[in-house]
Amino acid sequence: MSAIPKPTRVYYFGTCLVDLFFPDAGMAGIELLQSQGLTVVFPQGQSCCGQPAYNSGYRADALKVARAQLELFPGDDPIVVPSGSCAGMMKKHWPDLFRGEPDEAKAVQVAARVWELTQFLVHVLDVQLTDKGEPVRVTWHASCHAQREMGVVEEPKALLRQLANVELVELKREKECCGFGGTFAVRHPEISAAMVGDKVADIEGTGAARVVSGDCGCLLNISGALEAGAKAARGQHIAQFLKERIHGR
Amino acid sequence: MDGNAPDFAAASRAALADPQLRGNFRRAMDGLMSKRAAQFADAGEWTGVRALAASVRLRALSKLPELLEKLEETCTRNGITVHWAATTDEANAIALDILHRVDAKLVVKGKSMVTEEMHLNAVLEKDGIEVLESDLGEYIVQLDGTMPSHIIMPAIHLNTKQIAHLFKRKIKDAESREDAAYLTDLARRVLRAKFQAADVGMSGVNAAVAETGTLCLIENEGNGRMCTTVPPVHIAFMGLEKVVEKLEDVPPVISLLPRSATGQPITTYVNMISGPRKDGEKDGPREVHLVILDNGRSSIYADPELRDTLRCIRCGACMNHCPVYTKVGGHAYEAPYPGPIGKILVPQIEGLAKRGAMPHACTMCNACVEICPVKIPIVEIMGRLRVEAVKPGGAVKDGGAKASRTEAMVWSGWAAMNASPTAYRVATLAMSKLGNAAPSSLPLLKEWTNVRTKPRFAGRTLHDLARAKGVPDV
Ligand code: SF4
Repeated sequence: MSAIPKPTRVYYFGTCLVDLFFPDAGMAGIELLQSQGLTVVFPQGQSCCGQPAYNSGYRADALKVARAQLELFPGDDPIVVPSGSCAGMMKKHWPDLFRGEPDEAKAVQVAARVWELTQFLVHVLDVQLTDKGEPVRVTWHASCHAQREMGVVEEPKALLRQLANVELVELKREKECCGFGGTFAVRHPEISAAMVGDKVADIEGTGAARVVSGDCGCLLNISGALEAGAKAARGQHIAQFLKERIHGR
Repeated sequence: MDGNAPDFAAASRAALADPQLRGNFRRAMDGLMSKRAAQFADAGEWTGVRALAASVRLRALSKLPELLEKLEETCTRNGITVHWAATTDEANAIALDILHRVDAKLVVKGKSMVTEEMHLNAVLEKDGIEVLESDLGEYIVQLDGTMPSHIIMPAIHLNTKQIAHLFKRKIKDAESREDAAYLTDLARRVLRAKFQAADVGMSGVNAAVAETGTLCLIENEGNGRMCTTVPPVHIAFMGLEKVVEKLEDVPPVISLLPRSATGQPITTYVNMISGPRKDGEKDGPREVHLVILDNGRSSIYADPELRDTLRCIRCGACMNHCPVYTKVGGHAYEAPYPGPIGKILVPQIEGLAKRGAMPHACTMCNACVEICPVKIPIVEIMGRLRVEAVKPGGAVKDGGAKASRTEAMVWSGWAAMNASPTAYRVATLAMSKLGNAAPSSLPLLKEWTNVRTKPRFAGRTLHDLARAKGVPDV
């Protein structure tokens, strides 16, 4: 991605999963951006990027929802998203979704301004983090859409490596999907369970106390499975993890 | 659900319940993934060869009709008889015609996925013709009375112990030895005798060269060479997309295929068949036939988005890297082509009424897209098929077959809620206050909570927190 000059103001698109299940992670992302001296704007009219319907074959419904977001980000300030999956939807799929529609140009313009949070922290803000936390071993779960749609692979790990007391142990099968896949987890619960089972085993193998990720879909799935299996490791969104580290708790 | 439709969900449940199978697949696929990665350790080289192979396939597809005409002309000039089959029934009838004319009793086959698509073996057996698969993996699967579970490694779902067991049961005088060398040797002895006795040899085609009328076939065991040279008659089968323009288009394809599939730099055998035995030559079949199968491919070709499906060189790398395939194995798909490529190809060939569920057996993780050596946008095509499955009037056969009033209502309700800030606020307020009271026994939640804790709604949404913390709205 081509880095842009450091802006003074950014938009924040929280995503519906963060909104309902991980609002603290969402807030942590906002605070990380604020700590770099940025004005963060959170348009209260936002809801969802439209991905669930888009991937299920209901493109007209997806379009309706995506269109409701388009007017919320006037101007050209960057739009930061604490989720690789929703960022991928907006950046990569909105232009397709709006193809041939009257507001296609606007969708393309908005899509071009979308950044995944860690990508933005590293490439645009070049953040330098000071670790105030206790020593801890963590592992990183790469969400499929973050890595393959947004090209986010090294950024979160680079952030974690800035933290002096954090030992990062990589997963054996870092690139492998955890089995959430939106409606997939519901349509094919047994396969999804097998996939998250392999993921949990991989996490356990690292001996990490935390599995950090940038996507709340993956976290719902992985954390849920860790808890249900009474495993020692816990899942956490990277924004919240980073915020806790720099505040020393 | 359609009575004839294979039930992937049920078949995959059975596969998941078989720890032996899961272990076999996990191990095999982990091995294949790392072997492939070693082949393409140099990212620059990978980018280059991939772009080249994709461009070869794209160029061939861009002039498919004229290349096919040319292929017919050059093959005919070389003495190969070319047959066209619009459907698998027609292709089977063509094969039977040839077999009857030469009064064939025994057929040996090299690996051919197209004949799997045609269910040719069953057709021949019904006609009283003995047909023997000669690729070791296919031979094992045939003995076992099942179908290939992978397009490159048909018997990958079995381990040596299981194969030893199978041979002991099915091959006369077989010893019970779990020894790969012994088992291979045993199979070879059986097959050698059959090659000598066969009336007809059959094979697939990896690439057919329009310019020269050459059929290229790559393989590791030499059995393909036996099938195509020993019996007096050879019949080759290909899907119409297998044509390439020039001889120089072949190396990128046959180099990328084994590297992507098994991590081998090249296969042991590269067969180039350019016609039957000529006067004065000592070996080779007296007759060579090429059967070119359409079976829905021309309508795939007609749609610019779907056309990319036909770029496939059948390397199987997408299967090796698919997290779903590696959990359930190929049999769960009950289709000639399993895994990611199967999920886009099979519904287009067989229609969405029968196969409309296949494109949903995917988390859209894009691992297949990342790995595909000819850059097929598998997931995009899958998305398109999901749309066509619920929307009548599209390009794919049986469009709208999976349309469901209930599902449509759910999504339109979802859209109404997410498209109006007020509705969204009310709905999320309700969910964050009351959502956690939903019992785990609710249908969808129940599936989820079998192996996971229930997702917990936070008491206040991010919208609430942002507002409370004074995060500006505009
Ligand atoms: S889709 Fe791509 S990866 Fe899969 S078999 Fe075809 S060429 Fe290979």
